[in-house]
Amino acid sequence: MPENVFIALQNTPEAQPIIEAIVADNDNAVVNESPGMVKIDCPKRLVLRRETVEEKLGQEFNLQDIHLTLISLSGNIDEDEDEFVLHWDF
Amino acid sequence: MAKNQRRLNLSQKYQLMTRGLDWETTYQPMDKVFPYDKYEGIKITDWDKWQDPFRLTMDAYWKYQAEKERKLYAILDSVVQNNSQQNISDARYLNAVKIWMQGVTPLEYAAFRGFNMLGRGFRGAGARVACQFQAIDEMRHYQTQVHAFAHYNKFFNGFNQHARIRDRAWYLSIPKSYFEDAMTAGPFEFITAISFSFEYVLTNLLFMPFVSGAAHNGDMATTTFGFSAQSDESRHMTLGLEIVKFMLEQHEDNVPIVQEWLDKWFWRGYRLLGLIGTMMDYMLPKKVMSWRQAWEIYWEENGVALFNDLARYGIRMPKHHETATREKYRITHEFWSTIYQFSHATALYTWLPDEEEMDWLCAEYGELFEKLYKPRYEYWRELDARGERFFQKRLPVVCNVCQIPIFHTYPDDPCKNICLVSEYKGTKHQMCSEGCKDIFDREPEKYCQAYIPPQQIYQGNCGGATLEDYRKWLHIRDEDAGEYYGSEDNQLWEKWQAEAARV
Ligand SMILES: [Fe+2]
Ligand SMILES: [Fe+2]
Ligand SMILES: [Zn+2]
Repeated sequence: MPENVFIALQNTPEAQPIIEAIVADNDNAVVNESPGMVKIDCPKRLVLRRETVEEKLGQEFNLQDIHLTLISLSGNIDEDEDEFVLHWDF
Repeated sequence: MAKNQRRLNLSQKYQLMTRGLDWETTYQPMDKVFPYDKYEGIKITDWDKWQDPFRLTMDAYWKYQAEKERKLYAILDSVVQNNSQQNISDARYLNAVKIWMQGVTPLEYAAFRGFNMLGRGFRGAGARVACQFQAIDEMRHYQTQVHAFAHYNKFFNGFNQHARIRDRAWYLSIPKSYFEDAMTAGPFEFITAISFSFEYVLTNLLFMPFVSGAAHNGDMATTTFGFSAQSDESRHMTLGLEIVKFMLEQHEDNVPIVQEWLDKWFWRGYRLLGLIGTMMDYMLPKKVMSWRQAWEIYWEENGVALFNDLARYGIRMPKHHETATREKYRITHEFWSTIYQFSHATALYTWLPDEEEMDWLCAEYGELFEKLYKPRYEYWRELDARGERFFQKRLPVVCNVCQIPIFHTYPDDPCKNICLVSEYKGTKHQMCSEGCKDIFDREPEKYCQAYIPPQQIYQGNCGGATLEDYRKWLHIRDEDAGEYYGSEDNQLWEKWQAEAARV
């Protein structure tokens, strides 16, 4: 039964720390690259943590800044200052 | 006091900036102030429960949008300065961009109008704020696209007169009627049609593989506005999903109404996207993925996961989804064959796939392609070689609902043409599929009034009753239309290639 959530980001230098953070925090994440963009699939739940991005980036990061590189997503969203979560609940 | 305590957190800020913005009116009853949000039968008991999960507020919205625009226009400037029109893979590619400009860009403007209506029409302030953001986004998409295409218009045909062609071209009623159907419904159906079905379920197929395809084919302008628009799109999609869940959570009576809308707009959206699939399969000289593969990823995987999630509200898969999946092996070939025969009546060029492309199509589509569509192309190639390039002499019969020429075949027999008829008030109406016929039969009084361009043209209402008169009225010149090979675009491209080879 299909159960992936996904997030797609522009393949730009700005997106790199975000992509690295997602890969670090989600064991089952699968990264698919195509021209100009990166799509990351993950079964049921995918989390993006502010702290992990800050570690990769070496400076403070506001999670809402993903609006600048986000292309698309699929899943129910929960967002606060520290975490951005995509999830299916079935 | 610590720095963090002075700052509002995201959800406090969201509450403050999207709630308490309005009041219970006393001079006029609320139902008169918001006259449209009840007649569809959707019951809302508590608008306050509606939340934007991104918790976007006006201050953050302006900040991010300004940043996106700065980036976008810096790149568009460099596209112009660096003669980037010469860096695309092949000038055939631009016909996909022409379809975008002629067919999709006007939808951005239509979305702008529609979301302005919702930004006024919903009783809940939180939802109104999100719709107002979206209205501004859609205007931005419209403008940035026109700016990007203006550069191609300096060199290539088919990019001029975008407003007139939007109003008059028979084939553009396919996308146009989708939005006009939605806009003539109520606000809840409109947002289900646009934000949920079109943007959430289906535009991933438009913006992701296709814009990625633009990147692959060296079209920096389209890649840039495409991904910039799509970054707003994630917000729009989320609005769509949230409003659908909100309706389902607010009252159980809403469930069957929403289900009917999902059935209708899934099918309408699927039909419309057949055109995008055709652009992917036939108009991108360098391929990213086939329509079949995109359908498998974005519908069979991601779309179905979404419907699995909605099952807990009592929502089932949209009607006729099996047919859509079955058609994934044929729809783009049937579509391209049709455009090929009618491109003299459009502001587009068409052509036959070359050997390499034919091999790719065989690999992606297997036996069905080899048996049915390849021989047809080979036959047309023979005609072409004899100087008898094949064009239809008359405009086609189009579906009374999706307005696509009725070229489709029976789900279980790709060799047998389908045309279904409903009779209403003494008039016969033709449809392309069970999906479209269901839509007609549910609201015949609406669709019997649909403006069907080929019928209007032959009644003489579009500059005269012949194809020639009509082409004049549309302001299409011979040079803008028909076969790609030998066209002005083709000649210009060859000239650039020859110049590049000399240095
Ligand atoms: Fe848009
Ligand atoms: Fe949108
Ligand atoms: Zn139809």
